[in-house]
Amino acid sequence: MDTLNKLHEDALAAVKDATSAQILDEIRVKFLGKKGEITAQLKSLGKLSAEERPAAGARINEVKEAVANAINARKTELEENALAEKLAAEQIDVTAPGRRQLTGGLHPVTMTLRRMEGFFTNIGYSIATGPEIEDDYHNFEALNIPSHHPARAMHDTFYFDASTLLRTHTSPVQVRTMESSEPPIRIVCPGRVYRCDSDLTHSPMFHQMEGLMIDEKVSFADLKGTIEEFLRVFFEKELPVRFRPSYFPFTEPSAEVDIECVMCGGDGCRVCSHTGWLEVLGCGMVHPNVLRASGVDPDKYQGFAFGMGVERMAMLRYGVNDLRLFFDNDLKFLRQFN
Amino acid sequence: MKFSEKWLRTWVSPSISSQELMDQVTMAGLEVDGSEPVAEAFSGVVVGEVTSCEQHPNADKLRVCTVSNGKETAQVVCGAPNARTGLKVAFAEVGAVLPGDFKIKKAKLRQVESFGMLCSEKELGLSDNHDGIMELAADAPVGTDLREYFDLDDLAIEVDLTPNRADCLSIRGIAREVGVLNNEAVSEVEVPAVAAVHDETFPVEIEDGKGCPRYIGRVFNNVDVTVSTPVWMVERLRRGGVRSIDPVVDITNYVMLELGQPMHGFDLDTLKDKIVVRKAEKGEKLTLLDGQEVELDSSELLITDASGPLALAGIMGGENTGVSSETKRVFLECAFFAPIEIAGKARAKGLHTDSSHRYERGVDFNLQEMAVERASALLVEICGAEPGPAVLAEKPEFIPVAAEIELYADVVSSSLGMTIENQRIEQILTGLGFSIVDSSGGYWKVKAPSWRFDMEIQADLIEELARVYGYNNLPITAPTAALKPQGAQEQETPVNMLVDRMVSLGFQEAITFSFVEPEAQKQMFPNEESIALANPISADMSVMRVSLWPGLLKAVQHNLNRQADHVRLFETGQRFRQEEKGLEQVDVLAGAVTGTRLSKGWYEKGESVDFYDVKGDVEQLLSGIRGVQFDFLPGKHTALHPGQCARIERNGKLVGYLGALHPSIQKQLGIKQTVYLFELRLDRVLKSELPEFTPLSKQPVTTRDLAVVVDEDVSVSSVIDSIREMAGEDLDSLTLFDIYRGKGIDSKRKSLAFGLTWQHPSRTLTDDEINRFMDSIINTLQTRLDAVLRG
Repeated sequence: MDTLNKLHEDALAAVKDATSAQILDEIRVKFLGKKGEITAQLKSLGKLSAEERPAAGARINEVKEAVANAINARKTELEENALAEKLAAEQIDVTAPGRRQLTGGLHPVTMTLRRMEGFFTNIGYSIATGPEIEDDYHNFEALNIPSHHPARAMHDTFYFDASTLLRTHTSPVQVRTMESSEPPIRIVCPGRVYRCDSDLTHSPMFHQMEGLMIDEKVSFADLKGTIEEFLRVFFEKELPVRFRPSYFPFTEPSAEVDIECVMCGGDGCRVCSHTGWLEVLGCGMVHPNVLRASGVDPDKYQGFAFGMGVERMAMLRYGVNDLRLFFDNDLKFLRQFN
Repeated sequence: MKFSEKWLRTWVSPSISSQELMDQVTMAGLEVDGSEPVAEAFSGVVVGEVTSCEQHPNADKLRVCTVSNGKETAQVVCGAPNARTGLKVAFAEVGAVLPGDFKIKKAKLRQVESFGMLCSEKELGLSDNHDGIMELAADAPVGTDLREYFDLDDLAIEVDLTPNRADCLSIRGIAREVGVLNNEAVSEVEVPAVAAVHDETFPVEIEDGKGCPRYIGRVFNNVDVTVSTPVWMVERLRRGGVRSIDPVVDITNYVMLELGQPMHGFDLDTLKDKIVVRKAEKGEKLTLLDGQEVELDSSELLITDASGPLALAGIMGGENTGVSSETKRVFLECAFFAPIEIAGKARAKGLHTDSSHRYERGVDFNLQEMAVERASALLVEICGAEPGPAVLAEKPEFIPVAAEIELYADVVSSSLGMTIENQRIEQILTGLGFSIVDSSGGYWKVKAPSWRFDMEIQADLIEELARVYGYNNLPITAPTAALKPQGAQEQETPVNMLVDRMVSLGFQEAITFSFVEPEAQKQMFPNEESIALANPISADMSVMRVSLWPGLLKAVQHNLNRQADHVRLFETGQRFRQEEKGLEQVDVLAGAVTGTRLSKGWYEKGESVDFYDVKGDVEQLLSGIRGVQFDFLPGKHTALHPGQCARIERNGKLVGYLGALHPSIQKQLGIKQTVYLFELRLDRVLKSELPEFTPLSKQPVTTRDLAVVVDEDVSVSSVIDSIREMAGEDLDSLTLFDIYRGKGIDSKRKSLAFGLTWQHPSRTLTDDEINRFMDSIINTLQTRLDAVLRG
């Protein structure tokens, strides 16, 4: 029996000192393998009497199991240690920036246009576009601006020849839409427009979004409602809005729309020329001559139209103070809108 | 139109403040652009009289004056060369405060005491004139406060009139508006007829009645042009932005500001035979009042006499026949010229005058008789002129006929979304000068006044009602309309989707001008004819872009010049080309990439972006077009590197190009690094295919690898095409997983390694079948492309 105890102690000591799975396996073979030292003890049972044998056998099996358990426990312990070491070695600094392509972004004019378009498409308008090199008819004549009209002086027009020009507004798209479709019509026409004028507050190219609604019963009150709601949604606040009589050859009555200055809250500042108001939009009821020219019966249908400068809206919305920045395409400017 | 508020208030003066008045007219459609006090703040300045003027003992340029304020005299040292005995001056006494809070105190100039100051216009903030001290009229009452004498507590108001409101280009017109808005009567200036004191006339013949339906001429004898224009008139002119010139010109300008009628005074002694109003003959020349000689064509309306052209009708008089200091006899012209005949003519000659501004917008065609009498009275009063009879020449058939317009109350209601009472409608219209011809039929028949050229249809009247009623008093409603679904076509890819993809790919959107510098564009596109603007804003923006590349490259340069090391820009927009079938404007999406592959960071090693990075971006972009294959083929483009240029096609149709900017163009642009460019025609990109379901196969996948060695100039796409052709219809995927050059391979050849997988929808493919595919692929590659299987 002393031998078995000794073996037991020796095995446990070896297991405790084992530093790898391989050593543990060697220990297993040495003590518990077919030719192992504890296994050998079982073979010696034959020398014992039948009465002694069961108790002695049970004792050897106990030792065998205890050693096997010790080996497994040590194995698990070693594995856990190894994992912990591996994890510790794999630790990284999660605060370092990620590896990626720099984020791109939309131009602020596009951002603004999308907001504007979004309002109108949500209430059932479609988006219509058209050519930028236009003919005199669609840019002027069809809009009730004959060639001698003083209003032509308001549009500093870029010409290619006597009858071809760069559109001065997106209204030709309205004309083309009326020519090619039947009322009811609800469209917005975003796009580039051109005026032969360049200084601090004028760019020879800028963007407009115009809109047109034509139906059997459309009133000036509907126009006011649409515009006020649009401005409220665009600027996301309740803004005082005023409609001022104005003149456009293609609308009658015509109005210009002012909002309370978003920069100073109406107190008067440089941006609003100390008036407290900012002109943001022109609009009116479509002139019967315009409807007629495009094949819409003015006795049956009325409509309203409106138009605004996108850069101006972007400047007011985002506080941009220089129109020219929009076309310099300086990444330091553009990335401010990402 | 700029005017004195005080002058307006002599016509109509509602009890509202200046600010309220300006707000009111602004909200009625006469937008006030600004207002300013007609003089800056000052006090203690009176009309003084210089009673003596001696040379300063110690200074060449100074005088010592004695100045009277009517009660006492004071010694004043003055540096102005025009200071002289007898002169009436603006005298700032000790204690006066001039503009800029400048206090006048007793002073000593070169040992001589000075009690006060004699002022120039500039020192009083009246104008920029600093040529000596102000010379007041000889009859200026000494001792009167200067503010009172000039009536300076006044505002000059400037209204920015829309082109349809020529009727408000006068005090009379503005007064009419203010009267209606406040429901107050307007006191018109009284204009009694001025009796002729002699019967001299000068003949007038209207040859072009269409251009000049009415012309009143009047001869004035013994006109004293040496008198000075009265202060009140000079001041009203000044506050209206008009400079005083001589009494005759001042009077015509005054009547123009007051009533809206431009007039012209000729020196009668320079006129020959008779006035003929006619169209110019081509080649005729005329030297205008401003000294400019203009060459005329047959479209211009002229005032002529037997010697030739005298004046551009309604625009500007001639140099040789105007009133001068020598003038004794004046022929006064007061005409109605048709707007359509004057419109655009001044602009075409680079001119813009108060007269042309009014005539091309429309002058009241019934105003001439009143205006000529008004001017006559003033000429008599101020210049002592002796008038002959006013002679009218007229072509009645060309005088406009005031429109008669029908107005229906129910249309007013439906247009404005509210009802205005009939009585109020009539009140507004008559207040504005309309006459109600008939209201017996349940509607109004309304006749427009002769000063309104913008009244033709019912909507014009409705605007007048709305304007006076107040746009902001009109109701607000939300439009109602039938809900009409807007079907989005699934195969039409929205451009915004591609734009958003570009942003996800790290591109920054640019917006560049549609007109570009012609030379740079010509270098990139020598075969494209640019479309040139007739009136460009500058030479570097004079032709329309045939591609977005010139603009994007300019943006790239801009950013490289500002130390940007990672530039990825894109733009969408129209490009403009002259094609055989005419002008072609199509929407394109273009990009420009240069600098590092990734933005600066610990993970990048400063590697430059290369062709395949940008091609990958374009492939990613185009993968948004579902079910469509775009082919990238070796291409040639004048703007791109001949060896790094891909032509992008869809079903054999050109979609666009991708490549490196041609090194020689890059050098010319002064760019030091490679720039990659691409441009895609959106009309050939956007259409996608509907996804079509195929049942999922449960069969196992068979995989084989294939490595072949080919010549360098054999394109990957040609190898892939041959593999696809021979691999049978069950080839599921084909991937190029390696391109190898170097050890073990001929230096002019490269090794391409592909992974192929097959899957049959319903059965397992046998090894034999796959082997047969592999054999025919290898054989084909050998025969077609001289490929050798890599061992």
